[in-house]
Amino acid sequence: MMATISVGLRHKRRRERLRNLAFLSPWLIGVSVFFLYPLISTVYFSFMKYDGFTPPVWTGLKNWKYVFTDYPFFWPALRNTLWLVIVMVTLRVIFGLGIGLLITKVKTGAGIFRTLFYLPYLAPPVAATMAFAFLLNPGTGPVNNILGKIGLPQPGWFNDPSWSKPALTLLAIWGIGDLMVIFMASLLDVPMEQYEAASLDGAGAWKRFRHVTLPNIQPIVLFAVITGVIQTMQYYTQPLIAGKVASGVIGGSGQQFEPGYPEKSTLTLPQLVYNLGFQRFDTGGASVIALVLFALAMVFTAFLMRRGSGFLATDD
Amino acid sequence: MRRVHKAVIAAAAIALLGTACTGTSSAPKASDDATKDTTITFWHGWSAPSEVAAIAANVKAFETAHPNIHVKVVGNINDDKIKQALRAGGPNSPDVVSSFTTDNVGTFCASNVFADLKPFLDKSGVDLDKTFPKPLQDYTQFEGKRCTLPLLNDAYGLYYNKDAFKAAGIAGPPKTLSEFDADAKKLTKAKGDSFSQLGFMPNFHGFESTTTHFAAQWNPTYFTADGKSNLAADPAFGKMLTWQSNLVKELGGFAKLEKYRATFGDEFGAKNPFHTGQVAMSIDGEWRLGMAKEAGAKFDIGVAPFPVPDDQADSYGKGYLSGTIIGIANTSEKQNAAWELVKFMTTDTDAVVSFANAIHNVPSTLDALKSDKLVADDNFKVFLEIAQHPKSSTTPASPNGGAYQLTLQDFGYAFEAGKQTDLAAGLAKTDAQINKDIAQAK
Repeated sequence: MMATISVGLRHKRRRERLRNLAFLSPWLIGVSVFFLYPLISTVYFSFMKYDGFTPPVWTGLKNWKYVFTDYPFFWPALRNTLWLVIVMVTLRVIFGLGIGLLITKVKTGAGIFRTLFYLPYLAPPVAATMAFAFLLNPGTGPVNNILGKIGLPQPGWFNDPSWSKPALTLLAIWGIGDLMVIFMASLLDVPMEQYEAASLDGAGAWKRFRHVTLPNIQPIVLFAVITGVIQTMQYYTQPLIAGKVASGVIGGSGQQFEPGYPEKSTLTLPQLVYNLGFQRFDTGGASVIALVLFALAMVFTAFLMRRGSGFLATDD
Repeated sequence: MRRVHKAVIAAAAIALLGTACTGTSSAPKASDDATKDTTITFWHGWSAPSEVAAIAANVKAFETAHPNIHVKVVGNINDDKIKQALRAGGPNSPDVVSSFTTDNVGTFCASNVFADLKPFLDKSGVDLDKTFPKPLQDYTQFEGKRCTLPLLNDAYGLYYNKDAFKAAGIAGPPKTLSEFDADAKKLTKAKGDSFSQLGFMPNFHGFESTTTHFAAQWNPTYFTADGKSNLAADPAFGKMLTWQSNLVKELGGFAKLEKYRATFGDEFGAKNPFHTGQVAMSIDGEWRLGMAKEAGAKFDIGVAPFPVPDDQADSYGKGYLSGTIIGIANTSEKQNAAWELVKFMTTDTDAVVSFANAIHNVPSTLDALKSDKLVADDNFKVFLEIAQHPKSSTTPASPNGGAYQLTLQDFGYAFEAGKQTDLAAGLAKTDAQINKDIAQAK
């Protein structure tokens, strides 16, 4: 009798396991095909000489050594990527939150303002970058014309290595619409009674923001920072187009363009992955850089999650 | 034991036979029958309506001559698309591919992206020396492996604004670089802290004023016989960079010129600074003639070979050569049919001439250069002569494409801006970097 029950239980448990696996299978297939396989392949190719046509050949640490010690673009690209992660992400979050806050306060014509601030986000990155390159042209651009007329210095923007990343940051802030909408939604969710209680306790605007708004939206801030870091780690189109337009190399099919103009200041790690892997046929070297990017994204995310876990816990 | 010996001898014989077959036979490996009805795909980079029409006419002429071979033409293709498509393969990948970037020939040949054309040339009895000028043969092969052929040629020369020359009291185009520098200064007119007209834009970001285009006037040797970078050892590069940076200084300095450069329109658009009169002289390819006319340039355009160093005055007339290349995808299963198209487009004199006439490029074969059917005014003839000048030169192929040129160009940027002042040390460092990049690519 006992044996019959235990066999029945085993069958039931097996069926449950199979059912669970069946439900999990889309995720398992997705993770295996789109995450594990590419990751393992990238690690494998980082130790190979592989051009995509001839069979891969084991070269040990040669690709790693080349990227870290001999490839002159790696360290500038890493520095630029880190600069953009720290400065651009911070400013995007500050401006996104600031504009979100302002718009939630607007009583008349809020829809118009929301639309106006959201619209730039819809502009395709290539078109938006070309428009900015036109506006910020140091010789003929309207921005420098205006700056000159009011007696302010006229930066070289995309043509000056010390101004090219700030110019890219301006472009990123202009397209802040996505963050603004997310922040607006979270700000509207903050319970009004908390503001009323704080006001009764004599809290001013800054104290209400610091002690009511911020604790309530901290998970959203964390989300914005982490997704911002990951997006910036993949930053490719805007610096490439800005460099091409500013350097004058935009249309000639026979022209070679090396990303990073001016003076490697707009070079990012994803550009190097493309440059090595798809232009120089150096899949091995490109794999090394892709793994560096992956490791960086993991480190940043883990750090932010750890720092942010306190924020998230306040909601519990 | 005897069985083992026999087996070893048989295996060795088969191996030798195999080696002989693959090593010396000039028969193409492709097995398709080019006399049967077939369709091949041809990718090219041209996109302007007139250029697309010229390609269509050329292909139509081929289909008339080869009624069994149909050609599916795909335009506006750049090298990145070519590389990805040939890597991925598949039924929609091209059989015949042309590219504007001769710099990539080394990559294409070294990685076997394009089929070896030697067996096809042997089969058709094409004698390269009797068909193509030497520099064009050079830029279409890599380390003895011929994986592409020239399809039209580009020659670089000096464009000058005759009206501006007249106004400045200059009788004719300069022939030596010292004359050129003097003319560039005479033609430069200041306006505030900028210019109303610049004699010449020497900065390396000034469109076609690249290190390689200038260096051709010194006939440099980029690599040693064993494939090592030769920039520091060949005085040509140092002389070129010294001349260029001196001219930058004489015309107002790097920063002032860069600021002026920012006011230029698109190189391939109507607002090119030569068209607008912002620069009075320019180094450019033969295509500029047609573009300047289409843009409605309001001055008389003069064309001449780019000036040569004073100590090489006897070589005046030479220039930098480049051009479009064409090859057969290694993955193609219709290589014999594809070869028929490649052979027609690259070696048929009438086809080459009519195509050159249609898109205003220099023809790529010796016969086409002499053809009576070639439409060439006096300006265009200058480029035909540059293309045939015995001292005209090109840049060699390298296993990582044009990476070495970009590395040299990078040093040029730093040197012209005064950020690198030690020329010899800088060139030696550039050599070392190029060698590292090539070692990584091999």
